[in-house]
Amino acid sequence: MSAVSAAPDIVYAAPRQRHPVIAFLRHQPLGAAGLVVIVLMILAAVLAKWVAPYDPLTVDYGGILARPSWQHWLGTDNFGRDVLSRIIYGAQTALSVGFLASILGSTLGALIGVASAYFGGRIDMLVQRLMDVLLSFPIIVLALAVAAILGKNVVLGVDVNLVLAIGLPMVPKVARVVRASALAVREMPYIDAARTAGFSHARIIFRHIVPNVTAPYLIMLTAFVGQAILLEASLSFLGLGATEPTPAWGLMLSGSAIDFYQQAPWMIVFPGLAISLAVFAFNLFGDSLRDWLDPKLKI
Amino acid sequence: MLRYILQRVALMIPTLIGVALLVFLMLRAMPGDITDVMFRGEGGGVPEELIVAERQRLGLDQPIWVQFGKWFWGLLQGNLGVSMWTGQPVAYEIAIRLELSLQVAVMATLLAVLLAIPLGTLSALYKDRWIDQAIRVFSIAGLAVPSFWLGMIIILLLLTLFAWHPPLTFTRFTTDPVANLSQLVWPALAVGYRYSAVATRMMRSTILEVLQEDYIRTARAKGVFERLVIVRHALRNALLPVVTVIGLEFAFVIGGLVVTEQVFNLNGIGKLFVEAVTRGDNTLVQGLVLLVATTFILINFAIDLMYAWLDPRIRYR
Repeated sequence: MSAVSAAPDIVYAAPRQRHPVIAFLRHQPLGAAGLVVIVLMILAAVLAKWVAPYDPLTVDYGGILARPSWQHWLGTDNFGRDVLSRIIYGAQTALSVGFLASILGSTLGALIGVASAYFGGRIDMLVQRLMDVLLSFPIIVLALAVAAILGKNVVLGVDVNLVLAIGLPMVPKVARVVRASALAVREMPYIDAARTAGFSHARIIFRHIVPNVTAPYLIMLTAFVGQAILLEASLSFLGLGATEPTPAWGLMLSGSAIDFYQQAPWMIVFPGLAISLAVFAFNLFGDSLRDWLDPKLKI
Repeated sequence: MLRYILQRVALMIPTLIGVALLVFLMLRAMPGDITDVMFRGEGGGVPEELIVAERQRLGLDQPIWVQFGKWFWGLLQGNLGVSMWTGQPVAYEIAIRLELSLQVAVMATLLAVLLAIPLGTLSALYKDRWIDQAIRVFSIAGLAVPSFWLGMIIILLLLTLFAWHPPLTFTRFTTDPVANLSQLVWPALAVGYRYSAVATRMMRSTILEVLQEDYIRTARAKGVFERLVIVRHALRNALLPVVTVIGLEFAFVIGGLVVTEQVFNLNGIGKLFVEAVTRGDNTLVQGLVLLVATTFILINFAIDLMYAWLDPRIRYR
C-alpha cells in the first residue's frame, strides 16, 4: 500500500522563444507590410532582366507615347521605351544608391559620434562645432554642392560620387543621435572596468560601446534609406544625379516629361508612384523598427 | 538670462565663420570655374587671352586665401559681393527673388500648422483607433511623396480639370491678391504637405507623452472637463516641441523649394540656387548658402530663447 502517490510530473512550460524576426513581424503589422514591399522591390531589382517585359533602353519610334495597354502596361515614353520596364530597372538605381549612401552616411556618422562621446573634452567640443556647421545646411543644398563638385564616377554600374553626395550630408545627424546614446553608455561601470583592465581605446570603442549603440544606428540606417532614395530622385530630377539613358525614377520625371503633361500623364504618374511607394515602405519599416527597438529615440 | 544670450551669440559667430569657410572651400574644390561655363561651352573658339583677362577681372587668378580674405572682408561690412554671372550685386539678385520664395515658405508653414495641430491631437486622442491609423498613414505618406512630383501632379490635375496653366510671371500680392494667391497656393501645398507631416507626427508623439504626466491625472481627478484638460493642460504643454520642429523645418523649406520652384516655373531663390550651382557662379552660391544657414542658426537661437522664457524649469547658467 503506497501511502504516498508519486509526485505528479511538473511540466515547466518554457516561454516560447520566437525568432526575433517573427516576433517583430507579429507585433508590428505596418512594419511587416513595409518589409514585404521592400523585399518585393529588391527582388524586382535583382531579377529585372527576367521580370521586365522589355529592355529599358530599346527605343521604338513607331510606338512613342503609347497609352497603357496590354502590350505596355504603363505605356511608353517619348522614345517609345516601356515605362514599366524602366521603373523595374529604376529600382536597381534607387536601391543601390539608397542602401550604399545610407550605409556610408550612418556608419561614418556613428563612428564619429561614438569617438566624439568616448574621447570627450576638447575633441568632442571641436567635433560638435563642426557638426553644428554642417547641420545648418539643408541636406539637399549640401548634396547638390557635393554632386556638382564631384561630377560622375561610375564603378560597377553605381555612381560612387552620387553615393557620396547623398551619404555625406547625413553624417552630422547620425553623429549627433549616436553620440547621445554613446554618452550614456560611456558612464556604465563596465566601461570603467574595461579601462582598468588596460584595454586599448579601439578595443573599448569597438567591443564595448559600439555593440550598445547598434539600436539607434540601425534605426537611423533604415530611416535614411528612404531619404536617400528621395534625394537621389531629386538630384536626378535636377540633372545632377543619374543621367540618360540610365533608367532612374527621378530622371524619368525630368526633362521632356514636363512637356508631355497632357498627352502622356502616365510618364509622370507612375515613376512618382514608384518613388513614393519605395520611400513609404522604408519609412513604415523604419518607424516600426524604432517602436520595436527603442521607442524613446528621437530622430 | 542676459549672460546666456551673450554666451549663445558668442557661440553663433564661430559657427557662421565655419559655414562661410566651408562653403568657400567646397566651391573652390570644384573642377574648372565659371569661365569654363562662359567661354568653353559649345563650339569654343574664344581666344585664350580673353579667358585669362576675364579670370583676372573676376579675381580667380589670385591665391585662394587672398580670394577668401577679400570676400570675407566684404562680408564683415555687409557686402555679399558681386555675382560672377550677371555682374549684379549678390544681395540684389537675392532680394528681387526673396519675396516670392518667402511668401511660399510662409504659406507652407501656415498650412503645416493648420493641419498639424488638429490632426496630431486627434491622432493622439484616438490612439490606435482607425482615425489614428488613417492620420498616421497620411503623414507617413507625406514624408514619402517627393514634393516636386506632388507639384507635377497638382499641375496635371489643374490642367485637366480647369485648363489652368502656371503663369510665367510673378504677380505681387499687393498688385493683385487673387492672382498672387492662385499662383502660389499650389507650390505652397506641394511643399507644405511634407512639412505638415513632420509636424503632425511630432504633435502626436508629444501629446501622447504629455497625457502621461501627473498634472493631467490631477486635473482629471479633480473633475476638470475633459475638453479643458486637453486644451488647457495637454495642448499647451505639447506646443513647445511642435513649435521647435516647425521653426527648424522652416529653414529647410528653402531646401524643398530648390526642386519645387523648378516644377512651377517660379523664379525664386531655389531656382536661383540651382542656376548658380550649375553655372559655377561661386559668389552667388556662397551668398545663398550663407543666407539659408544664417536663417537656420537664428531660428535655432530664437527657439532656445523661447524655451528659456516660456518654461520656468529651464534655467541656464
